[in-house]
Amino acid sequence: MSNNEALLVEPEVLSRVLSRGKSTGAEFSEVFVEDKRSTSAGLDDGKVEQVSSGRDRGAGIRVVKGDTTGFAHTSDLSEKGLLAAAEAAAAAASRGGGGVNSVSLNAVVRHPVNTIEKWPDEIAKRDKVAILQRVDSAARAVHKAIVQVSAGYGDSRKRILIANSDGVLAADEQVRTLLRVSVVASGDGGMQTGFQSLGHTIGFEVFDQNDIEELARSAAQQAVTKLSARPAPSGSLPVVIKHGSGGVLFHEACGHGLEADIISKGASVYKDKRGELVASPLVTLIDDGTMTAEWGAIGIDDEGHPSQRNVLIQDGVLTDYMWDYLRARKEGRRQSGNGRRQSYQHLPMVRMTNTFVLNGPHDPDAIVRDTKNGVYVAKLGGGQVDTASGDFVFGMTEAYLIENGEITEPLRDGNLIGNGPQVLRDIDLLGNDFAMGNPGTCGKDGQGVPVGDGQPTLRVKSLTIGGTAA
Amino acid sequence: MKVEVPELQAIADRIVAQAKPGEQVEAYVGRGGETSVRVYEGEMEHFVSAQSDGVGIRVIKDGRTGTAYAGTLDESAIAEVLAEARDNVQFGTRDEFAGLAMPDGVEPVPQKFWDDELANFPTESKVDLTKDLERRALAADSRVRSESANYDDGWGETAFATTTGIRTSGRANSCYVSVVTLADDGDETQTGFGFSVGDSPKDFDLDKAARDAADRATRLLGATKPSTKRTTIVLDPYVTSQFVSVLSSAFNGENVSKGRSIFADRLGEQVAVPFFTLVDDPTNKLAYTATDIDGEGLAARRNVLIKDGVLQMFVHSSYSARRMKTVSTGNATRGGFAGSPGVGCLAMQVTPGAKSQAELIASISDGVLIQEVSGLHSGVNPISGDFSTGASGMTIVNGAVGAPIREFTIGSTLQRMLQDIVAIGNDVDWLPMRAAGLSLVIADVTISGS
Repeated sequence: MSNNEALLVEPEVLSRVLSRGKSTGAEFSEVFVEDKRSTSAGLDDGKVEQVSSGRDRGAGIRVVKGDTTGFAHTSDLSEKGLLAAAEAAAAAASRGGGGVNSVSLNAVVRHPVNTIEKWPDEIAKRDKVAILQRVDSAARAVHKAIVQVSAGYGDSRKRILIANSDGVLAADEQVRTLLRVSVVASGDGGMQTGFQSLGHTIGFEVFDQNDIEELARSAAQQAVTKLSARPAPSGSLPVVIKHGSGGVLFHEACGHGLEADIISKGASVYKDKRGELVASPLVTLIDDGTMTAEWGAIGIDDEGHPSQRNVLIQDGVLTDYMWDYLRARKEGRRQSGNGRRQSYQHLPMVRMTNTFVLNGPHDPDAIVRDTKNGVYVAKLGGGQVDTASGDFVFGMTEAYLIENGEITEPLRDGNLIGNGPQVLRDIDLLGNDFAMGNPGTCGKDGQGVPVGDGQPTLRVKSLTIGGTAA
Repeated sequence: MKVEVPELQAIADRIVAQAKPGEQVEAYVGRGGETSVRVYEGEMEHFVSAQSDGVGIRVIKDGRTGTAYAGTLDESAIAEVLAEARDNVQFGTRDEFAGLAMPDGVEPVPQKFWDDELANFPTESKVDLTKDLERRALAADSRVRSESANYDDGWGETAFATTTGIRTSGRANSCYVSVVTLADDGDETQTGFGFSVGDSPKDFDLDKAARDAADRATRLLGATKPSTKRTTIVLDPYVTSQFVSVLSSAFNGENVSKGRSIFADRLGEQVAVPFFTLVDDPTNKLAYTATDIDGEGLAARRNVLIKDGVLQMFVHSSYSARRMKTVSTGNATRGGFAGSPGVGCLAMQVTPGAKSQAELIASISDGVLIQEVSGLHSGVNPISGDFSTGASGMTIVNGAVGAPIREFTIGSTLQRMLQDIVAIGNDVDWLPMRAAGLSLVIADVTISGS
């Protein structure tokens, strides 16, 4: 990508739109322009049910006056359409009059973190569909108990352009490629499910670099294994979480609670805790938007700030929160590249990117051996947190009993529940086998954004397991 | 009464008229707008005013399906969408059941979806109303502070046309308010929320929304973690609504035909206790998700899913119906112009019993009142039936509500829970969800705590 590449909207037009946005006396105006093309294909019951194409294109205009933000969006990218949206946003932010001041923009900033080899729109749809058929065959071949396979392919190529009245002008091109496979196995005790996914911020080369048949077999094996699963225990037990499967634990246990918008309203258990020991000294937690090819990787955030690596917890001590433009401005500090939004139709807010815990000192096999009785979680599902109390849940979709230091019988699905600060303190063993996990979508205030997570194998000395067995 | 939208209908008709011989074409055209006001500590935090439009096109030829959409109604973009959908057709697998819905002669039940008073409600009043709601929540309890108060409204117009002869258009608007509060006690902070919905702002019950938000935040202060045991639980209407919504996928005819439902092969069997009846009735205007047509343009209708505990039927779109050699039940779902039709229940309701929640609780010597659940998406597996969610609520001791408890889970299976229902309340609450709420008493559920 060169700096001379055409922008979605000419800088001169952006300057005039930003000026119009500030015309009622606002301190800040911003234009976010997006042009996204996507393809998806779904296979179910052995058939490619449909291939679908999508195009989303438009601009969101934000105007800030005092503590009030006005926002409007439009799918009309002409100067007339943008000016009308700017007026609507300005009127929304302000009921009073004000002066006009002109906006001059700096040179365009680009900060690519990924290199794309095979752009999704240059790959034949036939090749995309073939991926699904390979996944279907591989999963079905695992066991005769496999009764259903569904698989989804998705890719998107999104160009964004952000300009604001502070002179910021930034552009990025974001590519995402995703594959999902769900498998149902049927046995004497009913049906069980398996799920795997693969997602990266690169193009079709992701399928050269990963073994998708193995991914499909793993989902199928998960479903087959659970056919003989027993009900999960109930009550509190030590829990060992396999590397690369439990990043969602940190996402829920503390990630959301470290977002500055939640902190600023006093709605987080981590408010006023900077400089304090909030986790086991084993834990160093990072949020890093620059992590090449990972699902939460972005060149710039959706406010035009280059992505960066932020240390949130260092050796158990809370070092910093995550920041967007508004919250950073209030504190008179730099933003941290965490201002994100679902699309041009949404306001940006503080969001995670790739959130992970660095390696600890322990041998992962020894972590299991040192656990007399407990639960080994090999795959986690989604989660949910109440940031104010710190209580959070997350689902286990592949788990086993640990008996006398050995992984034994498979367990049926269930939720685990814990309190964030308590769980962070209760991490008593941390492995040296770091791995990133599956692609995720993080939901907050009605908006979903792609995020990544990761961790080494670790043990929480006590978590409540939501099973039904005594 | 039904309001037609001729301008959008003309666009949909023009698209469908371009169908080539041997092609089925469906056009879904939509446009809409929203206002969103957020107030924090007496000041407006944000004001969003936005409009959007778009078109989705589905083309079926020789049993193969292709779709495409664009977030604009530009003539040139529409042509591109049709060309893309056509191009996509060749990559689908031939499916003898693929096809659009055919008109089935069922007349839609007329309902009112548009309110002029809401459409003309002034912006200043939206802001004042939101500030008022925040003040009321703060006044409801001195331990409460604000996280946000919100007013949201939206309007939408859609038009739908197919080469099979379905043509329909309509207009709808709606509004709601919500307030989120925080309550502190020493180091402990709890969250609460309250909301109110209506056809227009005059329907709002601001006091109830404010009181709910204050109650929910303060009632959990000082809550402890219960010990693990099997016990009887009472689901608050707000929780029952979520529980019933989870069951929706088990009635989904497409899931049944693909072997993904716990109810497959169980038609006519006793799947729940004999006093449990469940209907899906989007023609009931009281339901938040009431609608006159489904996602394929057929009339929405009342369907009895479980009667006296016996499984009566599955719900279908035209596709799932063809797969199972039956007819559509008017249960195609659709997520706007960008989505393709799926199958689902539209507006579920458990037939109410005779007792109030207080009367139900009075007959329980030892149990738990479940007021909130979390992690339904991560801990409930509608295919295996495994059910495990995070929960908070109150103990029930000797027929009365006792102390607050939190950070525990409730676990069972969907199959067992339907057979373990002990009593059903009369306290129907038409919540803004896919299922109405009421109190539901379920025995023999595992509470997992310390």
